[in-house]
Amino acid sequence: MTLAFDDRSERRLLWRNRLATWTPRLVLLPTLIASVVYVLVFTLWTFWISLSNSTLLPDLSYGGIKHYVALWNHARWHVAYTNLFLFGALYVTGSLVLGTVLAILIDQRIRAEALWRTIYLYPLAISFVVTGTAWRWILEPTTGIQQMLRNLGWESATFDWIIDRDMAIYCVVLAGMWQASGFAMALILAGLRSVDQDLVKAAQIDGASMARIYRKVLLPAIRPIFLAVLVILLQFAIKTFDLVAALTGGGPGLATNVPAIYVYDLMFQRGQIGQGAAAAIMILLALAVVLVPYALYTIWRQRREAAHG
Amino acid sequence: MSTLSIHDLRKSYGALEVLRDINLEARQGEFIALVGPSGCGKSTLLGMIAGLETVSSGQIRIDGRLVNDVAPRDRDIAMVFQSYALYPTMTVRENMAFGMESRGVPRAEQESAIRRVAALLQIEPLLNRKPSQLSGGQRQRVAMGRALVRDPKLFLFDEPLSNLDAKLRVEMRTEIKKLHHRVAKTTIYVTHDQVEAMTLASRIAVMHRGVLQQFDEPQAIYERPANLFVAGFMGSPSMNVLPAVVASLDGGPAVEVLDGLAVLPLPPGTPLPKAPGQPVILGLRPEHFVVPHRAQPEQTVLGRLRADVEVVEPTGSETMVVLRLGSKEITARYEPVDAPRVGETVEILVDMAKACLFDPATERLL
Amino acid sequence: MADATLVRDFDPLATGSAARRVRSKALVYALLTLFAAFYLLPIGIVLLNSFRELPDIARTGFFAVPETLTLQPWREALTSFCLAGACEGIRPFYLNSILMAVPATIISTAFGLLNGYILSMWRFRGSEWVFGFVTLGVFLPAQMTLLPWAYVLGNAGLTNTIWGLILIHTVQGLAFTTLFCRNYFVNIPDDLIKAARIDGAGFWRIFRKIVLPLSPPIVIVTVIWQFTGIWNDFLYGVVFSSGDRQPITSALIALTAGATSVRHHNVEAAATILAAIPPLLIYLFGGKYFVRGLTQGAVK
Repeated sequence: MTLAFDDRSERRLLWRNRLATWTPRLVLLPTLIASVVYVLVFTLWTFWISLSNSTLLPDLSYGGIKHYVALWNHARWHVAYTNLFLFGALYVTGSLVLGTVLAILIDQRIRAEALWRTIYLYPLAISFVVTGTAWRWILEPTTGIQQMLRNLGWESATFDWIIDRDMAIYCVVLAGMWQASGFAMALILAGLRSVDQDLVKAAQIDGASMARIYRKVLLPAIRPIFLAVLVILLQFAIKTFDLVAALTGGGPGLATNVPAIYVYDLMFQRGQIGQGAAAAIMILLALAVVLVPYALYTIWRQRREAAHG
Repeated sequence: MSTLSIHDLRKSYGALEVLRDINLEARQGEFIALVGPSGCGKSTLLGMIAGLETVSSGQIRIDGRLVNDVAPRDRDIAMVFQSYALYPTMTVRENMAFGMESRGVPRAEQESAIRRVAALLQIEPLLNRKPSQLSGGQRQRVAMGRALVRDPKLFLFDEPLSNLDAKLRVEMRTEIKKLHHRVAKTTIYVTHDQVEAMTLASRIAVMHRGVLQQFDEPQAIYERPANLFVAGFMGSPSMNVLPAVVASLDGGPAVEVLDGLAVLPLPPGTPLPKAPGQPVILGLRPEHFVVPHRAQPEQTVLGRLRADVEVVEPTGSETMVVLRLGSKEITARYEPVDAPRVGETVEILVDMAKACLFDPATERLL
Repeated sequence: MADATLVRDFDPLATGSAARRVRSKALVYALLTLFAAFYLLPIGIVLLNSFRELPDIARTGFFAVPETLTLQPWREALTSFCLAGACEGIRPFYLNSILMAVPATIISTAFGLLNGYILSMWRFRGSEWVFGFVTLGVFLPAQMTLLPWAYVLGNAGLTNTIWGLILIHTVQGLAFTTLFCRNYFVNIPDDLIKAARIDGAGFWRIFRKIVLPLSPPIVIVTVIWQFTGIWNDFLYGVVFSSGDRQPITSALIALTAGATSVRHHNVEAAATILAAIPPLLIYLFGGKYFVRGLTQGAVK
């Protein structure tokens, strides 16, 4: 037999082989470094600042939990997280209900379906700088709906929620639902369409009405989607910044303050970066409370499905 | 010289051992079928030959050269996949040229190779189409064409016919056989279909749970399966297996089946592997049963059974009859004209010269 | 997950008597129209008032039939309107936004494609962990990163520069683009890659010749998602840029959410519409991909 593959060419192949094994890892390296810095280092950094003596300027000496104590003793923080609970609950349920209604309506084999979907979903594509302006104009009593009603002759018409401390947060909910319900609609509709259509045919032959088919067959079949949308919306709610910043700026007074706005204020308006960091950590914790159980549940479900073949 | 030789090959993922003690070799021009139920490790073995899976221990040699750590591209092999794996964004011509381009084959040479193979497979009219514009059978041809243009040392097929419908599968099977005769390349062919393995291969490797059960010529595997697994897997319908006890009949060797329901003679001079009274397992293929009036003079060792007819399944050319023997069911092959009716009690002979005996403990052929 | 563009192969309301069918269809369309009005109202109001005269708005509010229509607000918004200390309309800020969003989109998408390719087709021990870790970036709230970014940008001399914003959006975008691309590429059959390896192609050749030609759908999804996200963001713009270095969104937020003194509502309306045009156009022409991005990015 001829030794077509002598030692040297074998070794060259081996090197090329080794290089080929490492290329993917090398290419991935910049992203990995960026992610480690972004996710891990930044998080620890902010956490450290929250425990330091920093106020206006960063001061990295250890200061204990005083910023957390100060934060929780601050009336404005109470307003912020109370608002978050109220806003979150209404915004999430409202968007889910509205999204479900829209999805079911669109699911009725309507004409020009793409057009309707486009209309309901566009708020998500545009910055709140734009749509927040629009909503403010609409809700502002002197220029918006109230003025329109008075122009039409209803002189005593009043609609001034946006300048009413007790009601302004509901304006934020309204605008938030307006923005997010199309998103819920898109996901729920995709879910409805992914349900085995034979299931619906079977239910129809069983004599179930359309309302009953949705209630008993279709909507239960997409429970995982509802859960996913719920979690995502909760996440949006906790991170809410743009919406409030553009619509009310947190006002009137402090009436529509939410944690994300408060963090920004503490860090960049009031020179309280330690306390701001502490508030940011609270936001992270809130997200973890929502996301970690969901992630664990998802993994558990995947395992169970895998186990059942 | 053998084109492929595999020595003591083992593959494990952590603690999970998926292949062990694999020893195989393929002589120049041979067609080897790796056959077994899904999960038996046959595709993993093929992947290791191709270099797509790492070797845990043992050796793989192609043309005498150890290739354990050689990249797929440097092994001089070609492979046809179950899904065909045609590059969807390239035309048929580009698909066939891709491998040669990767290796820097001059363009003129590429073109002549493509033309030669396209003519061989009769796919010239398809050269400028995309895979999505081809039928299943055409894709199959193109996939083979892509393997053929490279003129490799070793051809690997991974269940290439299982995505085709039944009729096309039989046609393509014949095509592959013809093609192999013409190009005479060493081929390793993975399939779960024992008929494919029987019809195509010069030798068959039957695998089960990561272990090579038997490696032999098709007829040998069919007639003398090495163990109960091979007996059950190869052949359709499967070999009938009946628990039996070693006995004697008219002074000759015999087995007693079904708690003394019948005593069946064994060919005289059969070295009885076990002492009388010991249990064995008797294996009988459906065609080992003979209707009494069809018995041939050379069939000298005949056993006799009475059985009730349970099910009759005509296929046209032959009729399979499920017979009840006490608590057991067996399947026997009948000529259509001889087929009994359901509910009848029939007498049937067994050609014991072809019977197989297995050890109930080890399940091996005795 | 199924594409939302599928259509039911039966008509849920096509049962019962003809009268009943007509009634239920009419109800469906009435409701759809009502909701459409609610969704279109805000953008409609802004659009309408961008063509009105200021005194007209001042007299009757935003909800009124315009007395006259004018293009003057648009002209002003584009050329002479005073914003963040400059009186050149929104053009300089528009340019900033483009200079920020285009490179950040391209870089993060390019990395996302490579990462997704590696994490789906060149898996190695631990690659699933790498993927999980990179994906965490999707959930990290911006507030957690503001102080570290301030430090990083400050030390790199990138404060109040477009490059700083590009860096932020690229790093933040990597998590999304990697997630999108990886989830798309895992659906490419493994056999294709195996076949290419046997055909002698290596890492880059497989990427260029096989994976990239299959990628246009996910590239569109990723580009749309990244571009609209970066263009629309204003938190980073507000925090890390000022004056004439701001992107359009943060320049406008100062204006529109600002004092209630003399307001040029009609010019503001035109300016905000202009700011919304790039993402809106992308949404209108790539709506299908936009939705696909949502469902992929969200559910997986």
